Amino acid sequence: MADATLPGAKALAQPLTTADGRPLKAALVSAQARARRRAFLLVAPLLLFVVLTFLIPIGQMLQRSVHHDGFSASAPRTAAWLAATAPGTPPDETAFAALAEDFRQMQANRTAGLAGTRVNYTLPETRSLFTKTARAADGLVPPYREAFLAVDEKWGDPAVWQAMRSSASAWTADFYLIATDRTRAADGSVERVDPKQRIYLYLFAKTFLLSAVITLLCLLLAFPVAHLLATLPLAQSNLLMILVLLPFWTSLLVRTTSWIMLLQGQGVLNNAFVAFGLVEDENRLSMMYNQTGTIIVMTHILLPFMILPLYSVMRVIPPSYARAARSLGATSWTTFRRIYLPQTLPGIGAGALLVFILAVGYYITPALVGGADGQLISNLIDFHMDKSNWSLAAALSAMLLAGVLVLYWLYDRLIGIDNLKLG
Amino acid sequence: MRKLLILTTALTGLAIAAQAQEVTVMSWGGAYGAAQTEAHLKPWTAATGTKTVMVDSDNPATPVKAMVEANNVTIDVASLEYADAIRLCDEGLLEPIDVNALPPGADGTPAAEDFLPGAVTECGVSTDIWASIIAYDTTKLTGTVPATVADFFDLEKFPGKRGLRKSAKNVLELALLADGVAPADVYATLSTPEGLDRAFAKLDTIKDQVVWWEAGAQPPQLLADGEVVMTTAYNGRIFNAAIGEGKPFAIIWDGQIYENEMYVIPKGAPNKDLALEFIKYSTSTEGLAAQAQQISYGPARKSSNAAEIVYKDGKTVMGPHLPTAPDNMTNALETSFEFWVDKDAELNERFNAWLAAN
Repeated sequence: MADATLPGAKALAQPLTTADGRPLKAALVSAQARARRRAFLLVAPLLLFVVLTFLIPIGQMLQRSVHHDGFSASAPRTAAWLAATAPGTPPDETAFAALAEDFRQMQANRTAGLAGTRVNYTLPETRSLFTKTARAADGLVPPYREAFLAVDEKWGDPAVWQAMRSSASAWTADFYLIATDRTRAADGSVERVDPKQRIYLYLFAKTFLLSAVITLLCLLLAFPVAHLLATLPLAQSNLLMILVLLPFWTSLLVRTTSWIMLLQGQGVLNNAFVAFGLVEDENRLSMMYNQTGTIIVMTHILLPFMILPLYSVMRVIPPSYARAARSLGATSWTTFRRIYLPQTLPGIGAGALLVFILAVGYYITPALVGGADGQLISNLIDFHMDKSNWSLAAALSAMLLAGVLVLYWLYDRLIGIDNLKLG
Repeated sequence: MRKLLILTTALTGLAIAAQAQEVTVMSWGGAYGAAQTEAHLKPWTAATGTKTVMVDSDNPATPVKAMVEANNVTIDVASLEYADAIRLCDEGLLEPIDVNALPPGADGTPAAEDFLPGAVTECGVSTDIWASIIAYDTTKLTGTVPATVADFFDLEKFPGKRGLRKSAKNVLELALLADGVAPADVYATLSTPEGLDRAFAKLDTIKDQVVWWEAGAQPPQLLADGEVVMTTAYNGRIFNAAIGEGKPFAIIWDGQIYENEMYVIPKGAPNKDLALEFIKYSTSTEGLAAQAQQISYGPARKSSNAAEIVYKDGKTVMGPHLPTAPDNMTNALETSFEFWVDKDAELNERFNAWLAAN
């Protein structure tokens, strides 16, 4: 606004002033600054809230995925020796002496388990090596190499030292290696893990695929409902709206367990099928505790997130456009495809994005109804939270977050985020 | 408004003041949590006047680690699985408990000798010995009933769905036991790649018939619903459903896998000294016996097992229902915490990959 008044002000020889003699420009700037401050104060609580409860935790999570000081903080002397020597250097007596000193300290501070846990992530079966050696820490006397080998001959294994080397720095990419089904070989090079152990990339792909399927199903189911909602007379559409919103307001757990009762082997649907002779008693359909169950239940639970944006867009589409198209000779299919559908695109985009992003991170429903093959990546993130491997959980979460951001960016490039209409 | 503020502030103040004198115990909920409340929390409050609070968790090891690492511990005592109690202790997240501080047995035997071997560790004291067993519904399986762990994997003799806990622990051991490996050799076999393949191959034979469960309350429910004909379960949950609620469930003790459950004190617990007093009280001869009156998990003190323990219904003798009963121990396996502390991450990765693959 200040700029808009300028050309007029410049045209005058005498600058405009306010009633108390201050230049108008300065008065305007200060008044606007005050308004901006007040506006900022109004949003400040929200900003603070978002920073404290969203940005900082996410930042901490991202940091955790590349930072684990379990070993480096507990065994600083060994870590220093490892940092000073080239990869592959066989441990000499000074290395073992440093390790012995570290172990005495770990035993005193009770941190051997912490250090062992970190090394164990890189090389399985080393955790007990650490706790066992810590218990024997008082008996470690020179020559240290022999003393360590007497406790456990694994200390002579180069793989153990390689694992300690990759744990020696608190900053590590090891968790991202694990999260992409990779591991470090004994010489430090990166390789894929045994096919029997590969799971994360497969589950990421499956999560995105299942989410796409669920989004598509939601769209197919929601489109006619939203159209009805937008076009029916008020009394009927209100009733329909209540039917859409009622499940939306019902607890997630209640809805999920209701589905379990409906779909399980001895459930309502299967009992009805058997009663009507559609299936035999021995061959009841498996609709629960597998991928089918996950898709059915998640589609139902996420449906309102598709219906509501679609409805809000369809409500304001003037029916006259479609009538005009029909009157100009378009068939009903052409009218739908070229007139109606393009106008609903902002709603489809918003609904699809909302459902897809919710589905990608969905956890409780697959956990309850997914059985073995209906699990998504979020269930494994939860699994590692439970198993206290927070760094791996953080790495997986960060990859999931990155995946969603990439999709968001793609959406912006292809459709444009300005086209989004949530209501 | 101001009145309300003063009132809430005063109430919060009261709550904090009250918190200073109470002991918060975190356990597994369900029939097990209820048993501990009846046997330990209520009597201790009656005896000392100190208030107690029970909080539930699916597995208390997770919140304990989170609380200690965040330096915001709100519980005083937690009930942990054996391997978790050792793992968290090694990581310095638990307070050490001196075995000599524990009360001697009712017969005067010092605690160190009264407790069964391994029942007291650096940071934990056993509250009971529980087992993972196989259970079935006697009204659904009539005629020949399953009697061995091998029958669990025999889909020809006993067709129908099976319930299994969704974790590598206990499941891999069960597969090897069913494949004829002697309990003493199970962990040695599992340590070799061939042994591991053998366990997974055995699981492959029933994979498409398995319903996986996670919470201890699920298996009795799956049996009652007829969703599975047989399931692994915690023996106490089946006992409570069968004896306590009259459900037609039976237990196969062959191939049971047992371990100690431990009371621990998280590092930085707000009422550490009271927590120790609570643990002393509840793991005394009487305390352990009192819990065994509520649920069929065996006391880990010799002196608690000396006298006959009777269930709270007043007539069921607990002895034969406990994992530690001699008749139930013929083909029993004790969980190896050393094995799982080391191999947990690796085997669960493989187990999860196996689960997700079709």
